[in-house]
Amino acid sequence: MRSLVTATATELARRLDAGEVAAREVIDAHLDRIAAVDDSVGAFLEVTADHARARADEIDSRRAAGDDVPATAGVPIAIKDLFCTTGIPTTAASRILAGWRPPYDATVVRKIADAGLVMVGKANMDEFAMGSSTENSAYQPTRNPWNLDRVPGGSSGGSVAAVAGLMAPLAVGTDTGGSIRQPAALTGTVGLKPTYGRVSRYGIVAFASSLDQAGPIARTVEDTALLHQVISGHDPLDSTSIPEPVGDVMARLRDGVDGMRIGVVNELSGEGYEVGVSARFDESLRRFESLGATIVEASLPHAPYGLPAYYLVAPSEASSNLARYDGTLFGIRVDGETSAEMSANTRAAGFGVEVKRRIMIGTYALSAGYFDAYYQQASRVRTLILRDFERAFADVDVLVSPTSPTVAFPLGDKTADPLAMYLNDVATVPASLAGIPALSLPNGVDEAGLPTGLQIMAPTLREDLALRVAWAFEQDLGFSPIPVGHNTVAVP
Amino acid sequence: MSTPWSLDGFELVCGLEVHVELTALRTKMFSAEPIDFGGAPNTRVGPVSAGLPGSLPVVNGAAVEAAARLGLALNCDVAERCQFHRKNYFYPDLPKNYQISQYDVPLCHDGWLEIEVDGDDLRIGIERVHMEEDTAKSSHEGDTGRLHGADRSLIDLNRAGIPLLECVSHPDIRRLEEAQAYLRELVAIARALGISNARMEEGSIRCDANVSVRRPGEEYGTRTEIKNLNSVRSVGRAIAHEAERQVRLLQDGGNVVQETRHWDEDRGVTETLRRKETLADYRYFPDPDLVAIVHPAGRVEQLRASLPELPAATRSRLVEVGVAASQAATIVAGDLVRWFDEAASMGAAPDAIGNWLAGEVTGQLGAAGLEPADSGMTGAHVGELLGLIADGSLSNALAKQVLEGVIEARGAKSPAQVAQERGLEQVSDEGELRAIVEQVIADNSDTVESIRGGNDKAIGALVGQVMKATRGQADPTLTNQLLRELIG
Repeated sequence: MRSLVTATATELARRLDAGEVAAREVIDAHLDRIAAVDDSVGAFLEVTADHARARADEIDSRRAAGDDVPATAGVPIAIKDLFCTTGIPTTAASRILAGWRPPYDATVVRKIADAGLVMVGKANMDEFAMGSSTENSAYQPTRNPWNLDRVPGGSSGGSVAAVAGLMAPLAVGTDTGGSIRQPAALTGTVGLKPTYGRVSRYGIVAFASSLDQAGPIARTVEDTALLHQVISGHDPLDSTSIPEPVGDVMARLRDGVDGMRIGVVNELSGEGYEVGVSARFDESLRRFESLGATIVEASLPHAPYGLPAYYLVAPSEASSNLARYDGTLFGIRVDGETSAEMSANTRAAGFGVEVKRRIMIGTYALSAGYFDAYYQQASRVRTLILRDFERAFADVDVLVSPTSPTVAFPLGDKTADPLAMYLNDVATVPASLAGIPALSLPNGVDEAGLPTGLQIMAPTLREDLALRVAWAFEQDLGFSPIPVGHNTVAVP
Repeated sequence: MSTPWSLDGFELVCGLEVHVELTALRTKMFSAEPIDFGGAPNTRVGPVSAGLPGSLPVVNGAAVEAAARLGLALNCDVAERCQFHRKNYFYPDLPKNYQISQYDVPLCHDGWLEIEVDGDDLRIGIERVHMEEDTAKSSHEGDTGRLHGADRSLIDLNRAGIPLLECVSHPDIRRLEEAQAYLRELVAIARALGISNARMEEGSIRCDANVSVRRPGEEYGTRTEIKNLNSVRSVGRAIAHEAERQVRLLQDGGNVVQETRHWDEDRGVTETLRRKETLADYRYFPDPDLVAIVHPAGRVEQLRASLPELPAATRSRLVEVGVAASQAATIVAGDLVRWFDEAASMGAAPDAIGNWLAGEVTGQLGAAGLEPADSGMTGAHVGELLGLIADGSLSNALAKQVLEGVIEARGAKSPAQVAQERGLEQVSDEGELRAIVEQVIADNSDTVESIRGGNDKAIGALVGQVMKATRGQADPTLTNQLLRELIG
């Protein structure tokens, strides 16, 4: 039997439900683990120990009383600090929201609580989810549990580091252009960006509304599917929420890939992808063939325009979404002689460099006279990319690519070069622009022992298919998501 | 009303932008947060109208319906598919620093409103009717009463997110009276549709005027936009002042500058608020939080069929049943149509109802500072009152006193109740009245002699004596009849 912190969520749920272990024991074990390693990892901005213990005790007494309690009740979870949590600081890793305690829960947070999952802390991230290394947090960097000198990716870096570092078996992140998948790839974890609209955005601090999508992070595909089932579904409080039922994603999880057609996206591999990443990716194709799938070439001709389109749409929406942080109603306030000065002073002091850069870019792109050339043109590119995907999926079941062109890079390596940082998203952005589900799962390690990721993209609403392909691959690969090697966090 | 007003050979060109607050709705434009106009400041607020991080708008279907109905009443096309845009600008009363509004695809477009001025029927074109959310209400403490230069500004978020319709006319208005008639008619339509209480003085109707002048036949001149128009009267005054200012400018060889101007009601002048070069670039873009509004096939026709009788049709109907045209106009403008119909259904004669509603009822409510809807009264009170007149229980004079009592009681007492409590029932009992008349004749022998001598007018003095003795409650017809009989 695995220790409580190395166990999967599925395994913990089984043991909790069978009464073999108390929720309080499970939570204490994870809080102890956080206390032991998070000083060196920095995954959490806020550890909600009191909240977690109280919830665990409540679950234990309800189980003891014979109440109807979900099997998952008592399983720990880390929540990205972008989700509103009633009475618990929610900062989006920004100075401008320092100390803000929301008066309401995000729909995802409510669903997590309904399933009895216990929040152990609010996870670090790039400020307002803008970044690919979690170095844009206003509070602290997060380190990669596989190598503490390296970044965990971003923007959901705290969420993946909590999972890879055995501080929680589950985490929720958000993905706007790759913010779940790229960090999952860099930390040997599984991360799913569901179809846009599958998971409610209500209560998630907005970055780019037409792209933001919450999703599950775990160490196994099965746990990822389990959490997806918990958090997804229609929400009347989000008008972009999809009304179609989610269905049982577990039902066909183990059905394998025999007979499937898997497309390799020409435009998302080769030049610019590290040798180790490319080598593992080529091996994965042979593995799929050995499992009975047919590998075919596929093309997304407009994918090369994805990154520039993304870096117009996302900053444009962000420039509007972030206008509300002006010191009037919430967050910090830096006074001025007039209300306009107060707003300017507050924003100058409260936003970090990357956030300011994107607000400037977005404000410019939306300005009269530029709107057509930038925002509208980028919107047309989105439509073209979506059509590329639709055409490709007419011929294949799923599409695959490396998740990220690189493995985890050293802290500070790309902070001076925003464009180099943006290139991290090159493979993940197309699925974001098209709104289709995409998942990253571990695909072995490179020559330096750092994890690489395999991206699986599926047609709209077919998270079940992405998960099924991923499960078959994971079982055959036999990758252990527990960090090994020098300079990793100690494993109990 | 006809104002002697000349612009020295220039012609006024004016269009109005009217904001209608949907006061009849129970929840806000983009959330289920309650609307309650009496609430203490900042008590009708949730995450959405406060613009809290993470909050999301969801369109209020009842607001879309109200907007479509107003558009249909204004003869507009209702778009089968439309969307919301964000209008981005920084202002303390705008919690998100953008307003969710409509831009290039409004819900309703290309309609008209028919008005009557000095016997002419005119059509004022409607460019569009679109939906948006209201801002919070700010009040500024200090000398200026405006944000600029205020010592302290207070924000009440109760108003933030209240559903608002913006109705934009074409620049078809050429006379002050047309602007005022247009506004009055729009108010009457909003009330007839039951979507708003449409009260300018409370801000549930707000009007901006775009004003320019030109010599007839020339191209449109440069326009200015006037804000802060709080009554039909101020709309007329402000447009007059602004047009005259522009004419003077042009006659002096100057140019009109495109700008927004503020109407100062007390001083009766317009002043520069902001110039075009400092106007915000609103960076409109489609709101990604909201999916497009799509009307299912047939829905628009269904809404059209459900429209109530509109003010113009109501006025015609009242005139047809015998109400004077001017009274019909007063009844419609005064939001008294339902009272008319209720009273009529109780058997009161239409011309009598018209007289009373347009006369005494409107007058007394106005004197009491009450809107019909706030008076506690219904048409049933009026119907009953007219019934008491018709059956001789009350004279007109007594009925006016009874109406006062009903209004004082805010409708909690019926006219019969008031009449009884105050002893205002008419004395129509012949026996009782005959005794009083005999006494008056005995006490006024000189007058009686004078009447017998042919001075018929003097009988009025005796009627007055009878009224005095009965504290005004004697049935005047019966009194007259008895006097003539007994004097012989």
